[in-house]
Amino acid sequence: MNLMYFTERPYRYVPEDELIKNRAYFGLPNTFFDREKGSQLYNEYLDEMVYAEEVGFDAIMLNEHHGTPFCMGAVMNVEAAILARITKKARIILLGNPLPTFKNPLRVAEELATIDCISHGRLVPGWVRGAGSEQIFNNANPAYNREMFNEAHDLILAAWTRPGPFRWEGKHFHYRFINPWVRPYQKPHPPIMIPGVLSPETVVWCAERRYPYLGLGTALPATAELWNLYGEVAAKQGYEAGSENFGYLQHVVVAETEAKAEELGKAHLFGGGQGAFSRPEHTLPPGYNSKEATKRLARTMTAGSGGFLGVSSEQLGRAQGAGEPENLQRVADSTRRRMARGEVTIEEAKQAIYRAYPKAVAGLQIIAGTPKSVIPKLRTILEVLRPGTLGFFQSQGPVSFEDRMTSIRLLGQEVLPAVREIAKELGLVDPFERQPGQRPYTPGTARTQLVSLEALRA
Amino acid sequence: MHMMYFTERPYRDVPEDEVIRNRSFFGVPNSFYDPEVGARYYNEYIDEAIYAEELGFDGIMLNEHHGTPFCMGAVMNVEAAILARVTKKARIVLLGNPLPVLKHPLRMAEELAMIDLISKGRLVPGWVRGAGSEQIFNNANPAYNREYFNEAHDVVIAAWTRPGPFRWEGKHFHYRYINPWVLPYQKPHPPIWIPGVISPETVIWCAEHRYPYIGLGTALHSTVELWNLYQQTAAREGYVAGSENFGYLQQIHVSDTEEKAQEEGKAALFGGGAANFSRPEWTLPPGYNSKEATRRLARQATEYGFLGVTSEKLAESQQGERRDPNEAKGRTRERLMRGEVSIEEAKRKIYAQYQKAQDGLQIIIGTPKTVIPKLKLILEVLRPGVLGLFQAQGPLSREQRMNSIRLMGQEVVPALREIAKGLGIVDPFERAPGSRQYIAGTQLEPLVDLDALKRAPKRDESVRV
Amino acid sequence: MADWTEEVTQVAGSNLAIIKGGTGKPILVLHEELGHPGWLNWHAALAREHTLLIPIQPALGKSAKIDWLRNIHDLALWYSWAFREKDWFPIDVIGFSIGGWIAAEMATINARQFRRMVLVAPMGIKPPEGEIMDIFSITARTALSHSVYDHDATPEYAKLYGGERTPEQFEAFEDARTENTRLAWEPILHNPALPHFLEGVTGLPTHIIWGRQDAIVPVSAAEAYRQALRNTEVKVTIFDHCGHRPEIEKSNEFIKLVREFFA
Repeated sequence: MNLMYFTERPYRYVPEDELIKNRAYFGLPNTFFDREKGSQLYNEYLDEMVYAEEVGFDAIMLNEHHGTPFCMGAVMNVEAAILARITKKARIILLGNPLPTFKNPLRVAEELATIDCISHGRLVPGWVRGAGSEQIFNNANPAYNREMFNEAHDLILAAWTRPGPFRWEGKHFHYRFINPWVRPYQKPHPPIMIPGVLSPETVVWCAERRYPYLGLGTALPATAELWNLYGEVAAKQGYEAGSENFGYLQHVVVAETEAKAEELGKAHLFGGGQGAFSRPEHTLPPGYNSKEATKRLARTMTAGSGGFLGVSSEQLGRAQGAGEPENLQRVADSTRRRMARGEVTIEEAKQAIYRAYPKAVAGLQIIAGTPKSVIPKLRTILEVLRPGTLGFFQSQGPVSFEDRMTSIRLLGQEVLPAVREIAKELGLVDPFERQPGQRPYTPGTARTQLVSLEALRA
Repeated sequence: MHMMYFTERPYRDVPEDEVIRNRSFFGVPNSFYDPEVGARYYNEYIDEAIYAEELGFDGIMLNEHHGTPFCMGAVMNVEAAILARVTKKARIVLLGNPLPVLKHPLRMAEELAMIDLISKGRLVPGWVRGAGSEQIFNNANPAYNREYFNEAHDVVIAAWTRPGPFRWEGKHFHYRYINPWVLPYQKPHPPIWIPGVISPETVIWCAEHRYPYIGLGTALHSTVELWNLYQQTAAREGYVAGSENFGYLQQIHVSDTEEKAQEEGKAALFGGGAANFSRPEWTLPPGYNSKEATRRLARQATEYGFLGVTSEKLAESQQGERRDPNEAKGRTRERLMRGEVSIEEAKRKIYAQYQKAQDGLQIIIGTPKTVIPKLKLILEVLRPGVLGLFQAQGPLSREQRMNSIRLMGQEVVPALREIAKGLGIVDPFERAPGSRQYIAGTQLEPLVDLDALKRAPKRDESVRV
Repeated sequence: MADWTEEVTQVAGSNLAIIKGGTGKPILVLHEELGHPGWLNWHAALAREHTLLIPIQPALGKSAKIDWLRNIHDLALWYSWAFREKDWFPIDVIGFSIGGWIAAEMATINARQFRRMVLVAPMGIKPPEGEIMDIFSITARTALSHSVYDHDATPEYAKLYGGERTPEQFEAFEDARTENTRLAWEPILHNPALPHFLEGVTGLPTHIIWGRQDAIVPVSAAEAYRQALRNTEVKVTIFDHCGHRPEIEKSNEFIKLVREFFA
């Protein structure tokens, strides 16, 4: 079982009212950034990761977002570089580098190869298309998002594995001589993992390449469905998928008492949580979705209250956000519009946000508690999804450094050993114990069950 | 006086014959790279930087080159990020990030802001146009090199200093909303230094922006000329240039005895040194030079007849070489290919230049006692506020390198500080460059010491280390 | 009402949908970035004396996508090829917003392709004052809403694109936005070379029409177009209390003006 520590490295001092009113990204001017606090937070996060390795996590996971206080990992490779040197054995798992926004993928191939070398082969690079807002921030043409993703991916792998020098003449990228001097430590190339929020296209793509797919806190039934899809594609590709092909990221915060844990768990809803991540028009720039996805969305829209062109991308955004806590998203969205019209006060808006907490807990979107109370909930997730990799996502919002470190300590001392026992009992193996795609599948034979929805019902 | 430790982080185990035969970059295939060896070097170089800080260096300088065993800092920001966390007080001086090859300067602004924050304000970013070969490696159109440089520079500075969100519609870069959440620690932005080799255009650009100019081991006589050009431009801009506006990088190797130093120091000539950095056709891709620079070259090169103006010769004349073309490095490579010269002869020729390289101060080799007077002469002539000590390239062992750092830190650096104090040299942190107003018509104080220059050796430009 | 037809023809190596209506001397109509907005009053009015030929931009509606077109200039070259094959030249042309930009590009390729040209609030030139609204980082609805200055005074606003909320219409919008994002994402909805090429346009009487309160393409660009077209006869009309859609915001005046210009 591969157990990862993850924090999104939020800027925790942004005024909550601003987030609720304007949402992140270009809604929130960077004049709210304070250098002293930013500097302090970056170093605290590095301390957290070093500590997480110390208490027994197998890996540190990083992610990347640009221009938002939700995640200060604007160029997460900067942090990955530091971890390569200051940690000793933990894997450094990047979920993921937003390939379509790079413009010079060869540079990223060099960057990651350098990090892999410095860490002596502990890097696990992952790729994402990048949220819609990342395309706008980086001015990456969203209509070419999938094409640039595919070509950048192929180019990086070629730079890592094909002996140089060779020429690359693609549709979007061109190089006269590809001959990066520095090549990755791991051969033929570092293992790759792909995170996702329920796009079937991505799941199929992963299964075809035997890349483990990691669900980012997506709803359990929908996740189970997609993993079955992965299993089917894998079978068609001639291999049997298993726990080594799957990972899951779960919000978990642990404290000495239930009361304290609840306080920390609620911080996850700070500013509206995921609902305030980005404005819908920034989430779905034109061409970002595939034609099929747009078609699906267009159909899922209900007739609702008429009005000219009432099919707003706001609604599209919500429909797309199926993997996110639906209720949180809806609350934050309608609240912003109503606030703009002066129908709701900021206090009422906040109340609406935090009222959603019990539901989020009941739906396992947030697991907060003492080690004793969180372990059974984590067991449910392991039983349902049977992932080989599990990420523990530290609480967002105004949680103190001390509370974060306490959570890490309790996870390390009590939760991780218990989770390892459960995983052993369930026979879960991770991608480093068993290489994904190594078990051949004979057509017509029965496949082992990937997920267990019975466990969810229980 | 700001003293920097610098190593180009070479991959020291590349077969020397390959470098001599094919030159670096795309000439030497990356199949010669062994990740195990590379991993060891990267970590050793970080150890060296930490040790240099411990021993009293004020700054760690990094540089960047892509696709060459001469410098493993393919994306030096990776190393800068690590130094931000593992060092405590040294400045991290980047000389420099190749702006025209990035294609996405906003990402660079974010990257550097993060490093500045993690280091609590110890970053000194610098910018370069990138060698010609870097344009080819990154496939950055060389004909737009200067335009990319200028616009990327402006994007980065605007992203750091103008409150977001704002739109950028330039010629080469376009952003709908510039609003990086992470902004640098240092206000209004980190201090910027610019390294250079000989381009007067760059010197003028630096003077106009009040950015200190760091000469990368350039010959003293031509460096003096360029610094005077800087000073004149500064005066026109209304400020007095002084030692705070200048820096110099010097290649050096120190050991316990003269004999050991001389033996180890030969490593600096490994593979032909800078002469084999890149092939001429990659050093000067079309459009990389300004029209004026091309014209200068064209005039120097016409003596070789129709189409005899090979890019080899162009490059050599750009480097200031004036000698029998038959002895040119390019010729050696060609003659090697034709089998007229053996690899052993080629090597002998390279190492035969060792003494000349020392005579011209291209490389200073010795014990603390013998290197200090040479460095003193450089300080006297150039009066730089910043001095970088450049660890020799080539197959030096870790022990030899660490020993050199120790001797520099314990004996050379303190001595140089005393000398600098005596000469009244101040660095850019003691006095902000461009902060002294110049009143038009008044006498400019001498920037350099011409008397000392008379004592300085003339460099044999055919020798390249 | 439905005095128009749509047919898909094979032309210039692709399939192009063309809407055709009216009788008389033909006018080529190049539609805006969201597509053909429907048969409006001005269509009907002009159709009494003219045959309107409205090609649907490749990748929109029933027109096939042409993947190898990478920018608006490419599209203008392709249109030139396609209409030459259809033997439409020389022809009167009217282009709206991005369609105006395409028309201007076609004029720079060969001014003789057109007899007379009307550009209605064209994109394509960076306005000297203000910015072209980035329609790609806002919703289609927001862009539409900004395109008309006074909604209450513009009854036809409610008729744009059928005025109904259907999944099909939403998909059509996303198709149009996707294709134009592909072609015009960067530089943001303009071509820096266009004003220079327009200097080479001669013998093509041109009428530039704009709304003073245009929130999509600032009216300052009208003067930039006039300057660029200085070697041909050019007329500029700017309507007050009018946004990006003079054809529906100042419908009567617009119809009169265009009818006279193409007479």
